[in-house]
Amino acid sequence: MLTKRIIPCLDIKDGRTVKGVNFVDLRDAGDPVELATQYALEQADELVFLDISATEQKRKTLADLVLRVAAAIDIPFTVGGGISSVEDVAVLLKNGADKVSINSAAVKNPNLINELAEQFGSQCIVVAIDAKQINGQWKVHLVGGKVPTDIDLFEWAKEVEIRGAGEILFTSMDHDGTKQGFANKALARLNTEINLPIIASGGAGNISHFVDTFQQGKADAALAASVFHFGEIAIPELKKELNQQQIAVRIDTI
Amino acid sequence: MIAIIDYGAGNTKSLQFALERLGVKSILTSDPEQIKSAEKVIFPGQGAAGSAMKKLQHYGLDKVIRNLTQPVLGICLGMQLLCEHSEEGNIQGLGIVQGTVRRFSDKVKVPQMGWNSIHKLKGSLFEGISEASYMYLVHSYYVPEIKETVATADYNGTYSVALQKDNFYGVQFHPEKSSLKGQLLLNNFLNISL
Repeated sequence: MLTKRIIPCLDIKDGRTVKGVNFVDLRDAGDPVELATQYALEQADELVFLDISATEQKRKTLADLVLRVAAAIDIPFTVGGGISSVEDVAVLLKNGADKVSINSAAVKNPNLINELAEQFGSQCIVVAIDAKQINGQWKVHLVGGKVPTDIDLFEWAKEVEIRGAGEILFTSMDHDGTKQGFANKALARLNTEINLPIIASGGAGNISHFVDTFQQGKADAALAASVFHFGEIAIPELKKELNQQQIAVRIDTI
Repeated sequence: MIAIIDYGAGNTKSLQFALERLGVKSILTSDPEQIKSAEKVIFPGQGAAGSAMKKLQHYGLDKVIRNLTQPVLGICLGMQLLCEHSEEGNIQGLGIVQGTVRRFSDKVKVPQMGWNSIHKLKGSLFEGISEASYMYLVHSYYVPEIKETVATADYNGTYSVALQKDNFYGVQFHPEKSSLKGQLLLNNFLNISL
């Protein structure tokens, strides 16, 4: 049976993890490779690396990091943050990324999704969508959720599917950082309207939020950052609880 | 020496790293002589079946692969291309095993993405790997159960996630991305002696 995925997200700046990471057993909490290795051992199902640096050397630093991560871990990982061209994607995939995630660049140039899917296959193209509600309507936002657009979340998700994306990573800006649970109503609607795997993001605060997003939001995967980085939720415990709630998850017995 | 067939289709870096972690050296090559003389051959693949077959034909590798006599492991699209025919682009595959590669029904999410449990495990590839182990899969097309099937998974019905015919092996999942169970499978392949 296909299992629901648990995905820690690591924010990267200049090749280092940012935001406080307070993770036991790490020698260097700023080293993304060490953190990634730890998560792989805890049976995280995938990882997402989101590069937020804005330097000239950004591309090269990220490409180097991808290579080091690929050498170290044996679970899939996605890389995102400022990716805007076929060339960007080619380098990251060549260095061992399994998927790339595009966000603002896809909104500005939707044809990029078609080009990437054609060149590399849909399976490695994730479109990340940041949205929040304005007057009860879910509107797509750009630049890490800062810039509103007139684009409707559900219309955009449909277009993204038609253009050849392989997966959607939906972050609710209304829920992100609140620790009050995921945007399950919007997720459930996406699930009925879109036939792609959907990753829920934004709002994880406790274990029951994950249960809810899989049961009510029908999400295929759930992504979170701080609850994992600060050790508030341990992945093995989370999976044990999901399993008890009859939600299929990967628990490897070795 | 292990040869990984390089024809511009697939995440070969991760595969090389996975072999490195097992202490095995590999070369990435599209040279027919190097491939023919390798002790074992890995045939990766990602993306569209049609363009992958065209690239193989461009390098003359379709004939080379068919005639290999050492153990060969097709991964993901590499496994699908061992088949006779694919609905994806309606193309002819290598025809090493009979059968047609089909697209998943829209009753389920396409692509299938994630960790699925594998069952009815047979043969040396699965030595020490227990029934219902999880492997990582990403695919929109699948091989139905056929007589060469040596492992299955369920996604809107039962289908093949591993095949074997003579010296040809294929896995639909990515062993290089399937944590310890995947590592075990790669190691089993490396230990096969015909």
